[in-house]
Amino acid sequence: MKKRIVTLLAVCAVIFTGGAIAGAVDSLRMGQDLQDNAKEPAKKKQAVVQGGIERSYKIQPPAIPHKIDKDRIDLKANTCMNCHSEKTYKQKNAPKAGESHYTDRDGKVTETVASRRYFCNQCHAPQVVAEPLVENTFQGAK
Amino acid sequence: MATGAKKGVLGLLVIGIVGGIVLWGGFNWAMDMTNTEKFCISCHEMKATPFAELEETVHFTNRTGVRATCPDCHVPRPWIHKIVRKIQASNELYHHFVTGDVDTPEKYEAKRMELAQHVWASMKKTDSRECRNCHKFQSMDLEKQESRGADAHDPYYWEAVDGKEPSYTCIDCHKGIAHALPEGFDPTWNTPGEG
Repeated sequence: MKKRIVTLLAVCAVIFTGGAIAGAVDSLRMGQDLQDNAKEPAKKKQAVVQGGIERSYKIQPPAIPHKIDKDRIDLKANTCMNCHSEKTYKQKNAPKAGESHYTDRDGKVTETVASRRYFCNQCHAPQVVAEPLVENTFQGAK
Repeated sequence: MATGAKKGVLGLLVIGIVGGIVLWGGFNWAMDMTNTEKFCISCHEMKATPFAELEETVHFTNRTGVRATCPDCHVPRPWIHKIVRKIQASNELYHHFVTGDVDTPEKYEAKRMELAQHVWASMKKTDSRECRNCHKFQSMDLEKQESRGADAHDPYYWEAVDGKEPSYTCIDCHKGIAHALPEGFDPTWNTPGEG
């Protein structure tokens, strides 16, 4: 019996102190109550960067330096390839999708972009005009 | 001439003029009624696919809220060309009411390439007349365009490239800007002088 009471007390103590600790942590919600509506995020524009955005590390998929909000990537069409394809990149003065993008998982060379590389924005991200939320001292590899 | 006959001629003239105005006005009014987006998307084929796609593009949703409706791009403004297009549209009615060629999204998809090529061909033929109702070179501020667009729209750039007057028209590079591209679209089709 006594053992049981001790266990119960211990459990209660853990729950209470645990709760207090959890309360002290400032979560990503920035002290906003769970019941409150989230603050409206600031409206941000997609960034247009002349000459492209430099890679931060060697094999980074380059970030997209232009707007893509009206581009479509679906089963039927991929409008990114209007400029970035093997056939058109020169005329459009756009970087060409790398050769790795024309190789399927069995190492076979494909004529159009390989299906595993088809959805460009899985790896290539557009950027917005925004200040960093927290101070960041990261230096890209040179 | 007898007075009675004179009166008769005059009466006929008045009836003719009034009747002419009513008929002519009525004809143009009826034609204008068929020249509205509301009329176009009263058919489910138009509402379900091309119009739904338009809604996602810059010609429907944009910064300033100015937008194009179906007839702005697909019905010529000059009267004679408008009449020709309206007569061609009877073919569309035939396919809507009789054959039902595109009455499901799947059937529409199957015919998309053919339909798109018709529109591209006619826009090429008319030097993109309907685009130019709103988009005029002399009103383009190249400074405000992105560099690649500005280069392509700059006649001096083309002169430098090939030493000739620009011979391309809007649709040569701007296919698929208001509706989805058909499956099997070759990117060189949007890149004149290549491929």
